[in-house]
Amino acid sequence: MNGREPIAPPGLTPDDLRRRRSRSIAIAVALGLLAALFYALTVVKLGPQILNRPM
Amino acid sequence: MTTALTDPLESSRAGTIPARPAVPGGELTDYLALLKPRVMSLVVFTALVGMVVAHANVHPVIAIASLTMIAVGAGASGCLNMWWDADIDARMVRTARRPIPAGRIAPGEALSFGVTLSVGSVLVLGLAANWLAAALLAFTILFYVVVYTMGLKRATPQNIVIGGAAGALPPMIGQAAVSGSVGPETGILFLIIFLWTPPHFWALALLKADDYARAGVPMMPNVAGPDATRRQILLYTALVAPCGLAPAFLGVGGLLYAITATVGGLCLAALAVQVYARRSGERSVRAAQHLFAFSILYLVLLFSALLAEHGLGLWHALPRWPA
Repeated sequence: MNGREPIAPPGLTPDDLRRRRSRSIAIAVALGLLAALFYALTVVKLGPQILNRPM
Repeated sequence: MTTALTDPLESSRAGTIPARPAVPGGELTDYLALLKPRVMSLVVFTALVGMVVAHANVHPVIAIASLTMIAVGAGASGCLNMWWDADIDARMVRTARRPIPAGRIAPGEALSFGVTLSVGSVLVLGLAANWLAAALLAFTILFYVVVYTMGLKRATPQNIVIGGAAGALPPMIGQAAVSGSVGPETGILFLIIFLWTPPHFWALALLKADDYARAGVPMMPNVAGPDATRRQILLYTALVAPCGLAPAFLGVGGLLYAITATVGGLCLAALAVQVYARRSGERSVRAAQHLFAFSILYLVLLFSALLAEHGLGLWHALPRWPA
């Protein structure tokens, strides 16, 4: 960051930008949690077989 | 900059909802509000009890994932309900500050948010647990959104009676998620929530009759009148109070549950009698307020007793009822 305020694109207020940023963070967190959930479910569903794969 | 209103409902409901923000999207709290978190918490709680009374041997990760998806599915149906009802929400004092009527979230956004969460929750529940649970969740969402919200709510004063089935299904979804089947344990819980819904909502409808009248929603007090509603409240309370005891006789609940259901049922009945007897003035308002508030506590107490007995092992420590 260069310390300057981000310039809002035409039609967007700084408040719009702030809301958009918080939504983006929330979406990233949700996707991360979803990935972690799928990972955990895969481990639980496969059990010890998760390590048993042909090389 | 114009407001992009792509929602098909907009043309027919123009003028009832304030202008949308130029940039789509509100605060995070607005999106959370779309999920009706208070309803969602009750759904999660009853689904958890459905899981616990099933006594199934399921991995905690699968149980937690299932419960999360049931919560997301419940939130999605609440979101779609707010999308469809935005026009009447705007006319009611109780709901006018919701994100869509207040103009903080565009209807199209709420629609896509709700549909995405609905489809996602059903698919993940199917993959994580089983497809019976996923089918039940899908049915619950469709029933609440299509049958209740789009069909019954504006058409008949029996709206919340029939629509109550959607709110009564979570224990069965919970049991299905952990055991792969549904049984009488959660069947009776379904019946309790189903019969509990009318006195709960009609107590609120008595208090908010003007609001519902302004929105044109045919709630029982607006169609049949307050006195007929009070009779119906009494009738359904007379059904739900003994029905609340049934789990104790079916071996689902133990002594703790039996005591809770007896005392709770008697209190609920007493409050329903008060609502029936006090028909005017401030006392009638207070009676309806008390019934509405206690009805929530009643359901929470019944399910908490089951949770304590089955989840904490108290059921084994207490004598069966009847012996």
